[in-house]
Amino acid sequence: MSKPWTKTRKRAISSLITLGFLVVVLLVMNVLIQLGLVNAGVVDMLKFIGINIIAAVSLNMVSGMMGQLVLGHAGFMLVGAYAAAMFTNAVGWPLTASLTPALIIGGLLAAIIGFLIGIPALRLRGDYLAIITLGFGEIIRVIANSLTITNGAKGYYGFPTFSTRQDPATLFNFIFVIAAFVVFFSYTFGTSRHGRAVIAIREDEIAAESSGIRTTYYKLLTFTLSAFFAGVAGGLLAHQLGIIDPSNYGFSKSVEILMMVVLGGMGSITGSVVSASVLTFLPEVLRGFANYRMLIYSVLLICVMLFRPKGLFGRAELRVIKPYEWLRDRHRAKKAQKTGGGGS
Amino acid sequence: MYFLTQLLNGLGVGAIYALVALGYSMVYGIVQLINFAHGDIIMVGSFTVYTILSWNFPVPVAVMGSILFCAIVGMIISRVAYQRLLNKGAPRIALLITAIGVSMLLQNLYQLIYGSGAKAVPRMFDLPAITVGGVQISNTLLNIAVALVMMVLLQLMVGRTKTGKAMQATSEDAGAATLMGINTSRIILFTFAIGSALAAVGSVLYNNTYQQITPYMGAMLGLKAFVAAVFGGIGSIPGAMLGGFILGIAEGLNNAYGNSVLTDAVVFGLLIIILLIKPAGLLGKHVREKV
Repeated sequence: MSKPWTKTRKRAISSLITLGFLVVVLLVMNVLIQLGLVNAGVVDMLKFIGINIIAAVSLNMVSGMMGQLVLGHAGFMLVGAYAAAMFTNAVGWPLTASLTPALIIGGLLAAIIGFLIGIPALRLRGDYLAIITLGFGEIIRVIANSLTITNGAKGYYGFPTFSTRQDPATLFNFIFVIAAFVVFFSYTFGTSRHGRAVIAIREDEIAAESSGIRTTYYKLLTFTLSAFFAGVAGGLLAHQLGIIDPSNYGFSKSVEILMMVVLGGMGSITGSVVSASVLTFLPEVLRGFANYRMLIYSVLLICVMLFRPKGLFGRAELRVIKPYEWLRDRHRAKKAQKTGGGGS
Repeated sequence: MYFLTQLLNGLGVGAIYALVALGYSMVYGIVQLINFAHGDIIMVGSFTVYTILSWNFPVPVAVMGSILFCAIVGMIISRVAYQRLLNKGAPRIALLITAIGVSMLLQNLYQLIYGSGAKAVPRMFDLPAITVGGVQISNTLLNIAVALVMMVLLQLMVGRTKTGKAMQATSEDAGAATLMGINTSRIILFTFAIGSALAAVGSVLYNNTYQQITPYMGAMLGLKAFVAAVFGGIGSIPGAMLGGFILGIAEGLNNAYGNSVLTDAVVFGLLIIILLIKPAGLLGKHVREKV
């Protein structure tokens, strides 16, 4: 009876529902925060979740969609963090005004570094790419540790931040909007012509190359984009914490983000979002077990890998349109039952 | 003279890297897995030595106990974690993540048992004092000698014995090796045991050289040893040894003449240079990818 929806219409409705949902969530959260119904700890938690979502979704573009294992993502975050913090520190504007350009600058610098690293690194594949990105990530950290402008191992601090007490909502809004944008961007990228080329590289690089896909171009493009968003995530993290300690941006941070991508399912954007949220939240829940926390965490990780190596979501995405369609169909079925009586 | 002693110091540290790199290289050669938990096996070995010595057993017992315990731990890890995934034909990245998980598990388990503080271990061997330019080098010489002996033994085992040939066959083509009647899963298990035992030997040298151990000591050491393995050409036994020594020397010279904060950057810088110039490593064979 009802005509099947065209793909465009489906997509439009889906996007509208998602957008509406996000706006409502953002408004509700703001009201709750202003009224003081959500305590600062919860808001902080949500901010960290948002930052990790940005980092995980950006890594997912390279590791999930393109299938290139990268172990130096935290290095790009560190570059973005320094650039953004130094910018807000140098211009001295109110942070609400200076944060956006600062994040863009942080992202751009990370992207430039990513581009420069990508040119030699992307010549390698698989494990070797993983090791070389690990190497570059560590080099970035070690250099940051030894420079004077970054204040070395003592950490860079003293740049403007939002007060968690008086103004918990502003940074939350920034993070929320940016995270939503990164997810949106990543999704449209993945379903575009570029995205299909990138997925072709993941499936079989040699076959992709012989079908006329410029593999080097797409690899560099994706790597640079991913570095850009990592830089933005780093800038946000710096302004949330108020200090940049290079030792927090080492190999273990890169692994942490990679885990979010892998557990969520390589190539699944919503998977990255869900697992970034869970993996940020879980350690807090397990804090009660203090000493056993990391132990449980690692056992959990091994078990997921053993019993579901594709990750929780595989390559599937959560879609808003699905429950909507389900509701609509149920509604129609009910209607048909009422009006149709016993007729066929 | 100063240069010479720094060079020898570097070689001493490099010997430890080399022993660990051998394990990485062997495991990678057989299952194409970067066994991130390998670095933590050294930590396990070090703590085993520490524990056995604290029970007042003599040093040889501690050394043998550590080697045995590490080999068993290596086999358990291989059986419980990696081989299931390998049998299922899971993607390589799943294996890698599992390895990282095992590494985290070992670190946190040992932190829980022994606490996170550094433990002091006694110097284990009484060596006749040999000095060059006023610097004690007997320990360094011991490290180098042990590493070289281990390498030669391993090379002989892989090249001459039946098991060694089976290992080569498995690394070349696991499917064909199975068809030839080689029990590949047993060979993989054996490889992990040998690799872990070598790590234990490395841990004994580590204890003797640094005399201080922590549950997290394996992470950086493991990474550097892996760099050494890649540098020398992964899958090649003399290559791992050469890579370890070169890395040790580079570190030693950097600490002597450069900025010691940048040591890790130098190590990874070397890795990047070799990967760009000769991705297969110094002594590795380049495998052309076929469609």
